[in-house]
Amino acid sequence: MARSVRQSWILTALLAPVTIYLGIFFLGPLLIIAVFSLLEPGLYGGVVWNFYHWNYGRVFGWADGFIEVYEPIYLIILGRSLMFAVFTVFAALVLCYPTAFWVSRLPERWRMFFLFLITLPFFTSLIVRLYAWLLILKPSGLINQVLLGAGIVNTPLDILYTPFAVVLGMVYVMIPFMFLPVFAAVDNLDMALVEASSDLGASRIQTFFKVVLPQTFAGIVGGAVIVFIPSVGNFVVPDVLGGAKGLMVGNLVEQQFLSARNWPFGSALSMIIMAVVLSVLLVFLRRSRTAGVTP
Amino acid sequence: MTQFLELRNARREYDTPEGGKVAALDGINLDVGPNEFVTLLGPSGCGKTTLLRAISGFEQLDDGKMMLDGVDIRNQPAHKRPVNTVFQSYALFSHMSVARNVGYALEVAGVAKADRKARVDATLAKVGLADMGSRKPSQLSGGQRQRVALARAIIAQPKLLLLDEPLSALDRNLRQQMQLELKSLQDDLGIAFIFVTHDQEEALTMSDRIVVMQKGRIEQIGTPREIYRKPRNRFVAEFVGETNLFDVTFADIQNGVATAKTAQGMQLLVQAEGIVSGQTATVILRPSDFRFGGTGKTLSGTVTREVYLGSDLHYLVLPDAGGEEIKVSARDDAGSPEVGAQVTLSYDPAVVHILESR
Repeated sequence: MARSVRQSWILTALLAPVTIYLGIFFLGPLLIIAVFSLLEPGLYGGVVWNFYHWNYGRVFGWADGFIEVYEPIYLIILGRSLMFAVFTVFAALVLCYPTAFWVSRLPERWRMFFLFLITLPFFTSLIVRLYAWLLILKPSGLINQVLLGAGIVNTPLDILYTPFAVVLGMVYVMIPFMFLPVFAAVDNLDMALVEASSDLGASRIQTFFKVVLPQTFAGIVGGAVIVFIPSVGNFVVPDVLGGAKGLMVGNLVEQQFLSARNWPFGSALSMIIMAVVLSVLLVFLRRSRTAGVTP
Repeated sequence: MTQFLELRNARREYDTPEGGKVAALDGINLDVGPNEFVTLLGPSGCGKTTLLRAISGFEQLDDGKMMLDGVDIRNQPAHKRPVNTVFQSYALFSHMSVARNVGYALEVAGVAKADRKARVDATLAKVGLADMGSRKPSQLSGGQRQRVALARAIIAQPKLLLLDEPLSALDRNLRQQMQLELKSLQDDLGIAFIFVTHDQEEALTMSDRIVVMQKGRIEQIGTPREIYRKPRNRFVAEFVGETNLFDVTFADIQNGVATAKTAQGMQLLVQAEGIVSGQTATVILRPSDFRFGGTGKTLSGTVTREVYLGSDLHYLVLPDAGGEEIKVSARDDAGSPEVGAQVTLSYDPAVVHILESR
């Protein structure tokens, strides 16, 4: 008894710093954003303390049409952001899953080397890396130089400032976040299970879908969640590589706060992103649990 | 004996880190009958697991012949062989229920659901887990998991069941119970079992025949009694059971009995069939072959150590003639000698076994 009381004190003491930190710097601001999203924007920035639901009305279509105008473009951009995020998740998964298998089967020294390579991008600034992509993708960039030089195309391809460039950049940024959880799951896969499946008469394809995929699904779900969340709200990648056509909902929020100085509307957009991401995740996690694939 | 599984000159080599080759299977010849319980016994690294994996199809033979029921299976992939395995770690699918684990072989073979359920229920009942179908493997005890692994491996009625040290993770009592159950299950199913173990007691308990292996080779194949009483060489004699080995020279053959002398001059009497005077050999006597006191053929010595084992006592007796101490086992009763006592040991010359080779 005395021991468990002491242990609970130790536990409290250990958890207190992170709880206080997140309470002040995460929950507090979140609450402020939630409140701001329901306030009237001030004429020169800032807020007026009046209850004001048109911030949401502008997005969902109940705007009054005088002061605030309903624009379907906001929902379109939101939908596009979700789509880009889903593409990013799938592309990163398709790239990481087989690679993770390959790396996990390497001798210990080489495994460590490749895991180090995966984390290498973290050592360089994201902005610098994205500008490198800009140099590679631009009309006079590396890819077009090679294609022109080889005579494959006659005029430079428009790669930069397209949705393709945005997804390409996001996949590039997100690969380590997908790779690490997927690798952990793949590395933990008990090869005896694969042998057991084959021993019991399953073909390679049956073994993959009935044993390997379900056994590593927790890592896939983990990687998908970690990649999906920041992808939806990402504004740096579309800012550098996307141009006007690649605008995502994160850029919209950024503009409202930094250019348009409409904090309440930016807050409302943030809350909408959060609600959408949370509901997508809830549905996703619930379905994968009822499918019985997450432990 | 009908040959059912037939291995001829089976070879499997691995590359060593130094760039050389090491033979995990070095010319294995083995026949297993259709309803036989054969145990592969040997220390770790002797090739027994490699041999089992070669039969299941997870290892390819570099050379040799492997026939099962008249079909050449050497190049068949694992999933096409009519052979199932009980894995050492059980290898149960943790994301599936017990019933789905057990029915897996039928599921991948495309057996209809209703049919599958009936067979899963029957198989679970057979291993004593009738009501456990809806549980997850993680909710079972070690012994129950063992039974699930067994049920999963027998449901598709394989021609041959391979068991890779399946009892090693169980505690002693459960292990002994499972040994008996496995044997009766094998009688019941009427299929051949090949069982891998490094535990000689397990091998002696269950097997119709034991295959003793060392360094990728078969040292001896025989019934448990043959392996125990008539080991071919020093390795088998030492690996299976406690033993006393004596390097001797034969002399003085009279009335069908020869005298065998050790280098220290200790004398043993041996049945003289096929022995020439002057020949050297290694002879063995098991600790239980000796009696304290008694008449007949005797040795004298001093008790140097006593180990209490419950029903039995083990003694070390230093022979008066010198040489290595002799291991003797005896019942723990009033007549047992004390450490330091001068004793005589009697034995029957008929049980002294001469090894074929050293």
